[in-house]
Amino acid sequence: MTMTTTTITAPVRLSQQSQGNRLSWAVSDVLTITWRNLLALTRTPQALFFTTLQPIMFVLLFTYVFGGAIHVPGGHYIEFLMPGIFVQTVIFGAMSTAAGLSEDLHKGLIERFRALPMSRAAVLAGRTTADVVRNVFVVVLITAVGYAVGFRIGTNVALFLCGVLLILFFAYALSWGFAYIGLSAPNAETAQVMVFPLIFPLLFASSAFVPVATMPGWLQGFAYHQPVTQVVNAARSLMVGGVLHDSGAVGAALLWCAGLLVVLAPVAVRKYRKVA
Amino acid sequence: MANLFARSLAVEAHDLVKVFPRGNVRALDGVSLEVEAGTVLGLLGPNGAGKTTVVRILSTILGPDSGRASVLGYDVVSQADAVRRTVGLAGQYAAVDENLTGRENIFMVGRLSHLSRKVSSRRADELLEDFGLSGAGDRVLKTYSGGMRRRLDLAAALVANPPVLFLDEPTTGLDPQSRQALWAAIEDLVRDGTTVLLTTQYLEEADRLARDIVVIDHGRVIAEGTPAQLKADLGTSVVSVTLGDPDAMDQAVPLLAPFSEKPPVIEDLVIELTVTDGPKAGAEVLRALDTAQIPIAGLALREPSLDDVFLSLTGHKTTIDEAEEAAKPRRRLGRSRKSDVADGKDAA
Repeated sequence: MTMTTTTITAPVRLSQQSQGNRLSWAVSDVLTITWRNLLALTRTPQALFFTTLQPIMFVLLFTYVFGGAIHVPGGHYIEFLMPGIFVQTVIFGAMSTAAGLSEDLHKGLIERFRALPMSRAAVLAGRTTADVVRNVFVVVLITAVGYAVGFRIGTNVALFLCGVLLILFFAYALSWGFAYIGLSAPNAETAQVMVFPLIFPLLFASSAFVPVATMPGWLQGFAYHQPVTQVVNAARSLMVGGVLHDSGAVGAALLWCAGLLVVLAPVAVRKYRKVA
Repeated sequence: MANLFARSLAVEAHDLVKVFPRGNVRALDGVSLEVEAGTVLGLLGPNGAGKTTVVRILSTILGPDSGRASVLGYDVVSQADAVRRTVGLAGQYAAVDENLTGRENIFMVGRLSHLSRKVSSRRADELLEDFGLSGAGDRVLKTYSGGMRRRLDLAAALVANPPVLFLDEPTTGLDPQSRQALWAAIEDLVRDGTTVLLTTQYLEEADRLARDIVVIDHGRVIAEGTPAQLKADLGTSVVSVTLGDPDAMDQAVPLLAPFSEKPPVIEDLVIELTVTDGPKAGAEVLRALDTAQIPIAGLALREPSLDDVFLSLTGHKTTIDEAEEAAKPRRRLGRSRKSDVADGKDAA
């Protein structure tokens, strides 16, 4: 009567997934996470309302309060301003990537995800994809507000949409960096605060609201060569054109976006693998 | 014939070591355990003993520094994906999405477990029904009570019918009614053949659910066996004398103290003595009291509780700081001797 010890092995239903299967499940995982993030967005309509209210107020503030004092090439401040407002809006929006991921992490949700047979990158990819969808919504809204206060497309609709795509691409690349910050922050509130000192100089020491040429010389070097200026100038070339056209900006902006994505996405995924 | 006695192991861990560099904490210092298929193993220990670290390693969330572990034969490091398809995990902090409804939460976990939409949504219906959440299934989780969240968390863990379930302190912080409901649900699962590894600080929970118990402290296994074995290994029982006359206390204590292996525990009219041979000591105590003509209102003999076992194993009197203890007025490990004995009497 000896006691034998056996170990149960591989039940049949747990057959190995094929490579092709694996990829289609990874896509499915990203879509599932995107779906749940968008759903969460609709469940907190107040948050969505106030995050869209903010750029609308910026449009009104710069158009009617500061606009008169700022002299821009071409003389129409609203046309100079709107591409800058689009970029500002998506940057501020990307802050919610950091806060949202931080919340998922500290509420134990990411722990649950890590114990599931899902794609490792899907939590981040789903979050950043959901943010793109939200940005599309906000950009449409801001365009409408811009039209109401006198903004007009100076090129054509196709080029305008290319400008929107470029801005969305920029936001997508940035949100991976914010994802990294969200995973590093001790909580969602701190994540928000950590993001701010990063985006503040990038946004305001740029061509988003005032021409770089009006800044002191020592600041111009930074202001002209940083990504926000390049993206804003590219967006102006595509959306408004005319005197605001900057021939090198579109290429430079695309390079910046691609470069940021290539660097920030792996960094964020690596951080995600590490946090436990 | 030999098959009758064959044991099939669903979970095996050998010599798991995990050091957290921050603070240089040796969370696990060579933990080994085995869970037989279809049984419940209770992993017991105070806060910070390493229970959660064991669960995280076994569910592939965390990699061990050394040692190895497998679930249904799949290695938790080299075959992590297979382990993830085998294990259901319900955590300490009800890991659910507050912005989704109950149904959406289960559906999401189903999809991420790679079940089809149809199956995920059918399972969501079934599980909501099983856990008494049908009525609340379409409500956002923010409106759920703590007990409802735990049930939903467990339901979500079961969406893919996992043969092995890890429950990390499933009832911590729950009210007694919710705890009972969760216990009943776990018992149902085990009856249907699920293997469960359960961590808990509550001896009562381990006593009720677990067939085997592993006690860990400071990242090491300090005892293992069935609840009955652990109690028997302690080798003592308790003789509890209730005096009939409060004035007799001064006379009774010095008379009975020599029978006890530890200082007698006195509360109101009750004197509790720790003895090796319960029946024999009981008779001797009765005889001594009779000879001294001290009137008694009652005399009882009881087995040690798991609280007694834990106390004697770890020597911890209070392992949980006062603030937390006050916040969770529950029966926990390592309470003061006095209330241990009082609680044990109810259990006996």
